[in-house]
Amino acid sequence: MGLSAAAPLWGPPGLLLAIALHPALSVPPRRDYCVLGAGPAGLQMAYFLQRAGRDYAVFERAPRPGSFFTRYPRHRKLISINKRYTGKANAEFNLRHDWNSLLSHDPRLLFRHYSRAYFPDARDMVRYLGDFADTLGLRVQYNTTIAHVTLDKDRQAWNGHYFILTDQKGQVHQCSVLFVATGLSVPNQVDFPGSEYAEGYESVSVDPEDFVGQNVLILGRGNSAFETAENILGVTNFIHMLSRSRVRLSWATHYVGDLRAINNGLLDTYQLKSLDGLLESDLTDLAILKDSKGKFHVTPKFFLEEANTNQSADSITLPQDDNDNFAMRVPYDRVIRCLGWNFDFSIFNKSLRLNSGNAFGKKYPLIRASYESKGSRGLFILGTASHSVDYRKSAGGFIHGFRYTVRAVHRLLEHRHHSVTWPATELPITQLTSSIVRRVNEASGLYQMFGVLADVILLKENSTAFEYLEEFPIQMLAQLETLTGRKAKHGLFVINMEYGRNFSGPDKDVFFDDRSVGHTEDAWQSNFLHPVIYYYRYLPTGEQEVRFRPAHWPLPRPTAIHHIVEDFLTDWTAPIGHILPLRRFLENCLDTDLRSFYAESCFLFALTRQKLPPFCQQGYLRMQGLVSTESLWQHRVESRLLRDYAPTGRRLEDSSQQLGDQEPLGSPLAPGPLAQSVDSNKEEL
Amino acid sequence: MFSGFNVFRVGISFVIMCIFYMPTVNSLPELSPQKYFSTLQPGKASLAYFCQADSPRTSVFLEELNEAVRPLQDYGISVAKVNCVKEEISRYCGKEKDLMKAYLFKGNILLREFPTDTLFDVNAIVAHVLFALLFSEVKYITNLEDLQNIENALKGKANIIFSYVRAIGIPEHRAVMEAAFVYGTTYQFVLTTEIALLESIGSEDVEYAHLYFFHCKLVLDLTQQCRRTLMEQPLTTLNIHLFIKTMKAPLLTEVAEDPQQVSTVHLQLGLPLVFIVSQQATYEADRRTAEWVAWRLLGKAGVLLLLRDSLEVNIPQDANVVFKRAEEGVPVEFLVLHDVDLIISHVENNMHIEEIQEDEDNDMEGPDIDVQDDEVAETVFRDRKRKLPLELTVELTEETFNATVMASDSIVLFYAGWQAVSMAFLQSYIDVAVKLKGTSTMLLTRINCADWSDVCTKQNVTEFPIIKMYKKGENPVSYAGMLGTEDLLKFIQLISYPVNITSIQEAEEYLSGELYKDLILYSSVSVLGLFSPTMKTAKEDFSEAGNYLKGYVITGIYSEEDVLLLSTKYAASLPALLLARHTEGKIESIPLASTHAQDIVQIITDALLEMFPEITVENLPSYFRLQKPLLILFSDGTVNPQYKKAILTLVKQKYLDSFTPCWLNLKNTPVGRGILRAYFDPLPPLPLLVLVNLHSGGQVFAFPSDQAIIEENLVLWLKKLEAGLENHITILPAQEWKPPLPAYDFLSMIDAATSQRGTRKVPKCMKETDVQENDKEQHEDKSAVRKEPIETLRIKHWNRSNWFKEAEKSFRRDKELGCSKVN
Repeated sequence: MGLSAAAPLWGPPGLLLAIALHPALSVPPRRDYCVLGAGPAGLQMAYFLQRAGRDYAVFERAPRPGSFFTRYPRHRKLISINKRYTGKANAEFNLRHDWNSLLSHDPRLLFRHYSRAYFPDARDMVRYLGDFADTLGLRVQYNTTIAHVTLDKDRQAWNGHYFILTDQKGQVHQCSVLFVATGLSVPNQVDFPGSEYAEGYESVSVDPEDFVGQNVLILGRGNSAFETAENILGVTNFIHMLSRSRVRLSWATHYVGDLRAINNGLLDTYQLKSLDGLLESDLTDLAILKDSKGKFHVTPKFFLEEANTNQSADSITLPQDDNDNFAMRVPYDRVIRCLGWNFDFSIFNKSLRLNSGNAFGKKYPLIRASYESKGSRGLFILGTASHSVDYRKSAGGFIHGFRYTVRAVHRLLEHRHHSVTWPATELPITQLTSSIVRRVNEASGLYQMFGVLADVILLKENSTAFEYLEEFPIQMLAQLETLTGRKAKHGLFVINMEYGRNFSGPDKDVFFDDRSVGHTEDAWQSNFLHPVIYYYRYLPTGEQEVRFRPAHWPLPRPTAIHHIVEDFLTDWTAPIGHILPLRRFLENCLDTDLRSFYAESCFLFALTRQKLPPFCQQGYLRMQGLVSTESLWQHRVESRLLRDYAPTGRRLEDSSQQLGDQEPLGSPLAPGPLAQSVDSNKEEL
Repeated sequence: MFSGFNVFRVGISFVIMCIFYMPTVNSLPELSPQKYFSTLQPGKASLAYFCQADSPRTSVFLEELNEAVRPLQDYGISVAKVNCVKEEISRYCGKEKDLMKAYLFKGNILLREFPTDTLFDVNAIVAHVLFALLFSEVKYITNLEDLQNIENALKGKANIIFSYVRAIGIPEHRAVMEAAFVYGTTYQFVLTTEIALLESIGSEDVEYAHLYFFHCKLVLDLTQQCRRTLMEQPLTTLNIHLFIKTMKAPLLTEVAEDPQQVSTVHLQLGLPLVFIVSQQATYEADRRTAEWVAWRLLGKAGVLLLLRDSLEVNIPQDANVVFKRAEEGVPVEFLVLHDVDLIISHVENNMHIEEIQEDEDNDMEGPDIDVQDDEVAETVFRDRKRKLPLELTVELTEETFNATVMASDSIVLFYAGWQAVSMAFLQSYIDVAVKLKGTSTMLLTRINCADWSDVCTKQNVTEFPIIKMYKKGENPVSYAGMLGTEDLLKFIQLISYPVNITSIQEAEEYLSGELYKDLILYSSVSVLGLFSPTMKTAKEDFSEAGNYLKGYVITGIYSEEDVLLLSTKYAASLPALLLARHTEGKIESIPLASTHAQDIVQIITDALLEMFPEITVENLPSYFRLQKPLLILFSDGTVNPQYKKAILTLVKQKYLDSFTPCWLNLKNTPVGRGILRAYFDPLPPLPLLVLVNLHSGGQVFAFPSDQAIIEENLVLWLKKLEAGLENHITILPAQEWKPPLPAYDFLSMIDAATSQRGTRKVPKCMKETDVQENDKEQHEDKSAVRKEPIETLRIKHWNRSNWFKEAEKSFRRDKELGCSKVN
């Protein structure tokens, strides 16, 4: 029974709870939030719900969290990086290179404390997830298999309906919001004649001894296929790998789901003439036939059709009978299917409309960029199954990506159901450049979920202050105000991370000459991941903006755009190379002067001008001016950014001569260009 | 005669000054014939126009003649208008109006007579007069034979300057004549107006004036032709002068010093220098090449032979040519050029660019947007290599933060290593640590939020720099004062207040400043709250205010049973506040009946303001807040006590209630000079009393500097001001603070690239690579180089200073240059 199982986790039930329990026996227990699956995504959401003090429960089929990792990957090596050393102390920055940890406030719950391996063992992940759930006291109901999910319309409900979950014992759970974090659990099968002869990745032997001296055919070209090949490469006669499309190397596509270098041993042996090989063909056009010796032959399906259903390989014509150099003329001892995974739609009632007209066929459920199902309000897909949002683009299908999207979903719901606006820091405009520099240098969510989650800066009236929102799902930008509860009336900046437009692709040469851009004026041609800042005078909400959004642009066309030039060290703090061009961009967007000034300069401005630059207004005039030290003062004079007014003392000069000197007053510091050029500048923007 | 360019220029400017100061000298003198002839001096040339009466026609000519007075005077030629009157009949006075002429005399010898129509304008007048005077220096010829004769005659002796002008009397002719006036004794000038002659020596574009330098002096073999150098600039006096100067310079100079340091006459004349890099082994061949280049570049650039072997500075190994622009401060460029033609074209192309750039500069006058214009960022960057005594402060980490601030009273500076303002303030912070070394119980610590982001976020630090004070059992206090050594020191020293005073004697010592002697330096005012023991809420309010002002002012509370003794002594009705001004030795009392904490804070802050303060960078904001016009007395040193007295009297008489009177000591606040410079032009002697209406209108009024700063005058002036009878001396600019410079417009760059992509599919980078490959092939096969079209020859070319920058920037992924930056 769900409730009694959960009770010990709450601690000793009080009297009040005991009373509340009684009627619960007749009415199904109702939760605000239900999470299906205690994998990484489910636990991550449970963590945020717990921290926010929400009413929630996680339902897990297995007795412990992360059951997927108890079996998969079959060869036990995770290909997510566990980088324990970066040379930096910044914990947020270090998450950029930690692909396994979940987000929490507890530094002990970092994966680096669980494994020393750069590519860790899957058992460590199981152990980690178990600790995560236990240490944080997450409310997980283990051994609870939700067998059926359906809708119950109710006007009182948050979303106009409740989700009714029925477990294996027939116990019913009522949920206002349902998070589905069940991952992809159904092996993908392609139907073709003879497909039954193929062994699945999920069940094939992982003992290389079972493959000694065999001819092996592997169907598929993903990491599981290569991982399987890698394991038996040394003992087979040869391995042929067959799939529809060309191999996609992750270091060329910049997509971590494509073939990782750690698994690509077969590419090496293929190209170095060691009998292994890759072949491209659509599986649905093929057939596998078994001969009398139990060996497998591959043939195009139409050969079979000509032979009229007679399925024996010995009796029908095979391609090599006509075409004696047909590539796959050798019989195979084994055929292994490694074709990936699909979402398990089976438990969801049709009324949830979870799978209507899906672009990804049966692999992923159809969702919005807010991770909410297009079919039912209040139903959210989290984790690997939510990858349709950024499939083959970003990291949303992996722990190091979805840990952030889960947080974003949680923030959206905090606003939707609890009137908690999206967290934001309000700062004076003088901190604008710094706050952007800080985030692009340390933020891990931006870095991992590039192109999907972006920071948003909402300007206040007259651009004297701003609110900084972190990691908003940018495809939902048009609905920002309703989703976050914040106002974007006075313009906004979006801070996104991007690779160069033409840099990524399976056929791209990512090592071409001149791929690196070093000049600030060429920053827009940067290839490696770099920060891009979009400025919108108004929140792009209309159809029009979306329609005019250029192809391959992650966002609608901005009023102005800035690229911070790519950096080899991903350290964007160079004063001239990174910060100065950024400041100029921000200044020109806001039409103001964002320079910082010493108190002495502010003093001069205060007495010789009617207006002061923001830095003096917000600092000096509030008695928080920046006083220069002697050595900095000397540099200031040398740099000619300020005139040396000292008649004597600091410098031995004749004072009367100084006073007679009619040089224009502190000219390098004077406010901006003439009105004329400012106007022309505006037009450009 | 002017011997050099500089003298020449000085001469011109002198003339200009003469025009300005002595206009009479340059106006056309009108003389009678008799008088005129009496002025003629032996050997001096004089141009005289004889006329009978004014007519419209002659007055046009007279205007031109009037203009010619100044230039002719430069050449020592006087000009006069001679009025033919009936009484004096001269043979130069024509009989009819139309036949009036101008005559050129040398001494009293008539050289030429000019009908007025030949002297159609000032150029014609100058050209004709000089032409007549220089008839022996400037040979006028009409055919090739004449030219050849002159050429042959001068071979091995002198050089020739041959020029063609379309007609006598046009500006080009005048320019040639003016040059001949200066150089006529050094070179043989030859002039023609015959197009056929020009064509016969092989000139193109014969419509225009031409000037050649014939290098005949070098020619020893009479059968050999003199080398000719064509001047390519338009014929103006200045251009001819520059051209001749370069002809005079040595053809080729050998140097063995840093090209950056080398300077020749060419640079001074605005021409670039070309260094042909030579080494011992190839010296002869290099010298021949260099000479060949020098002849080709004569008049366009200076050519030098740079001896690499004896050079102390390093130049890139494969560079064979060094190019130095005439502009000062531009670094030299190291080039690899395998063909003389390439050198020539490089020079010519770059001269062209220079001109364009000059134009652009004139249009934009804008500094480079890649140059730092933030004074804080720039100074911090310049100071980055200086080592600070950081060890005087404790650096905190995530692990040590909590333990440290729990264990001892600590000041924490939250900063970001990459943020300029933070790093500027870190220096002041270290200065505080130096000053407090060994004297304070307060632990000075710092934490770099670039490393320990989470700690800073947990401490609610979202901007930098932030100072917080952590004290056991208390909430951390944020420092909100000036980010400077002095103010932070004061904060740290005064942080322990408010204090509880427990006896009358202690209270008296407190008020007299005896109790906290050391602190009077930091707080010139001590505040004491007086409460009877039962006044609980009043006490709480006062404590709250005291807490708020923590670190800014000394506050104390006295609330013993005998408090009445104090309240009667200082005539204060309880609850009350005593303000002890230590500098003035005054104690005032302010009643506090039902005053909220916020109002108490206001009362105390107002009390801290002085009546006639010395305004400084640090305290201006406190007075600025009052939103009143500032009445500032600028003083070079301490303010004169009499002035001070006068103003204080006015303050007491309430004349100055609507102003903030203050004075500024230029010795303490040198930036005050910058302020004065904005107010006055020219600057009257100090002291100066100025009224600045900062908050409405920005008008600046100056108290007349010829009046004494005494009460009566001041009152009168203020009355006039009030009545609007005084004129402001200036109005402060109300300009908004706009972006100092534009930003890169990446959006249009992206647009341009997208629109281009339609026409050419090849990505830019790919193309560059291809070209580079071509380049390599050509380098391998040098004989092929000349057969290839020039366009495909690629010149490796990089600017020296940029080279390091490039190398640094493009170190990333071991690449040499940015994709679009391959020149």
